[in-house]
Amino acid sequence: MTTAFETAALVREGKLTAEAAVSAALSRIKSADGEIGAFIEVFEEDALRRARELDAKRKTGAQPGRLAGVPVALKDNFLFKGHESCCASKILKGHRAVYNATVVEKLLAEDAIIVGRTNMDEFAMGSSCENSSVQITRNPANTACVPGGSSGGSAAAVAAGMVPIALGSDTGGSIRQPASLCGAVGLKPTYGRVSRCGLVAFASSLDQIGPFTSDARDCALTLSVIAGHDEKDSTSAAEPVPDYLAGIEDGVKGMKIGVPSEFFVSGLEPQTARLVLAAAEKLKASGAELVDVSLPHTKYAVAVYYILSSSEASSNLARFDGMRYGYSDAGAASLAEAFEKSRGAGFGPEVKRRIMLGTYALSAGYYDAYYTKAQKARTLIVRDYEAAFAKADLLLTPVSPTPAFKFGEKAADPLQMYLSDIYTIPCNLAGLAGISVPCGNTAEGLPVGCQLLARPFDEARILRAARALEKAQG
Amino acid sequence: MTAVEIDAGRIAKLARLELSDDEVKLYGRQLGAILEYIGQLGELDTASVPPTAHVLGLENAAREDVAVADENREAIIANFPVREHNLLKVKKIIE
Repeated sequence: MTTAFETAALVREGKLTAEAAVSAALSRIKSADGEIGAFIEVFEEDALRRARELDAKRKTGAQPGRLAGVPVALKDNFLFKGHESCCASKILKGHRAVYNATVVEKLLAEDAIIVGRTNMDEFAMGSSCENSSVQITRNPANTACVPGGSSGGSAAAVAAGMVPIALGSDTGGSIRQPASLCGAVGLKPTYGRVSRCGLVAFASSLDQIGPFTSDARDCALTLSVIAGHDEKDSTSAAEPVPDYLAGIEDGVKGMKIGVPSEFFVSGLEPQTARLVLAAAEKLKASGAELVDVSLPHTKYAVAVYYILSSSEASSNLARFDGMRYGYSDAGAASLAEAFEKSRGAGFGPEVKRRIMLGTYALSAGYYDAYYTKAQKARTLIVRDYEAAFAKADLLLTPVSPTPAFKFGEKAADPLQMYLSDIYTIPCNLAGLAGISVPCGNTAEGLPVGCQLLARPFDEARILRAARALEKAQG
Repeated sequence: MTAVEIDAGRIAKLARLELSDDEVKLYGRQLGAILEYIGQLGELDTASVPPTAHVLGLENAAREDVAVADENREAIIANFPVREHNLLKVKKIIE
């Protein structure tokens, strides 16, 4: 597949029409997605119409934008005006977005063409896409395996070569883990780097939007477009947005890369450990210095995350009451019953479990024992990372303790599924930037990703190291 | 570690979720197991640790309070599950 970088350059130079670029993506989706199931809906006519409009505009002499004619997929929790946006949930079935997410506005302003919405775990809660109420998505590397989650559809769409860019959201690893399992590049920017206006909220102190791409350059290009302050998201940061492509080829010479011992422990599948450590050695051979760092509170991250994210979710998802949009129970006798019936039938099991966990943690008598305790433990995790970044510029770790697993393997035991996020969660708790970069395949042919973590707003350095790793791997 | 007992029916009522009897049993058991795992936070001495309020220390964001016209009225109305004319219809609020 042509990268976004190449496609945009060809369209800008007039060597390729946007219509041809979009038609090619649509035909790839048609031939591959019957088996994979990455897309919940393809906006075929709308995408072709917008592509033709762009081609017509170009003919009048207007210079197309930085993503001219590039086909982009959106996870089903983004708002794209006039299109359905359902978070793969029954409770939002039929809901049509009445405005564009800020990232959608930014993509459209740079002439990207949005071609469809992708499958996900319902409300972004899950690590396998098995919690979607719509369909399953298969891993393009092995269709007997899950694509990871929650942004599994976006990861699979890029890994299968259907689109060069797909957006996802990452609350505890929902971009990096499926990127690792499918073999794509997936970036979770710093908390506040990208506006979340128009992203359906899951856990507001953790959620962040980021891209899936096939390489680090496309990732840098996409981030340059979507990052920045937005007055419609009061948590978005006022930090200036650099051109992330500038300097991306500068290499890792002299860069200090920390390898935390707590991430290479029992429970980490041996082939994954070997491939991730081999990536560290390749960066060393490219001029980086490897240093030992310690993150002693790592083992508490999953517990902290499930209290905080579920508490925030129980509050955020209170707005889905069946009144103003989506699924509404018609048979209720009273208003209270209408809420209970609409929510009871509209939400799937994992969403209900988390709403209940959060409701419990925030309920009278338990708040200090769970919520306050978790926010204090979060401070200890943040301090671990501050100490590690005093010694290192970047940290290198596994993304997922195992490669892609089979359907049903972890679905019966929620806690086992939660533990598959152990290496990605701390990045969200500490508000850092993190990326998953492919670093090889297991003997069974399953992709493995290597995670690079950076200080807040140091995405340029992460992308530079990711690019160096790609080059070193050939 | 002792098993944590959860009254899932009471929590579901607080969360406005209608659950079947089987769901109450299933979620009660699963939430108990999750809370048991979460119990390991008790090992941490956090007496002198402040809770995290905002991970990057961002303080209140304010902007001018200016009214902006919303052009999405028709689209919002089109999403209503039940309506009468252009009004959203809900159940009686006062019993």
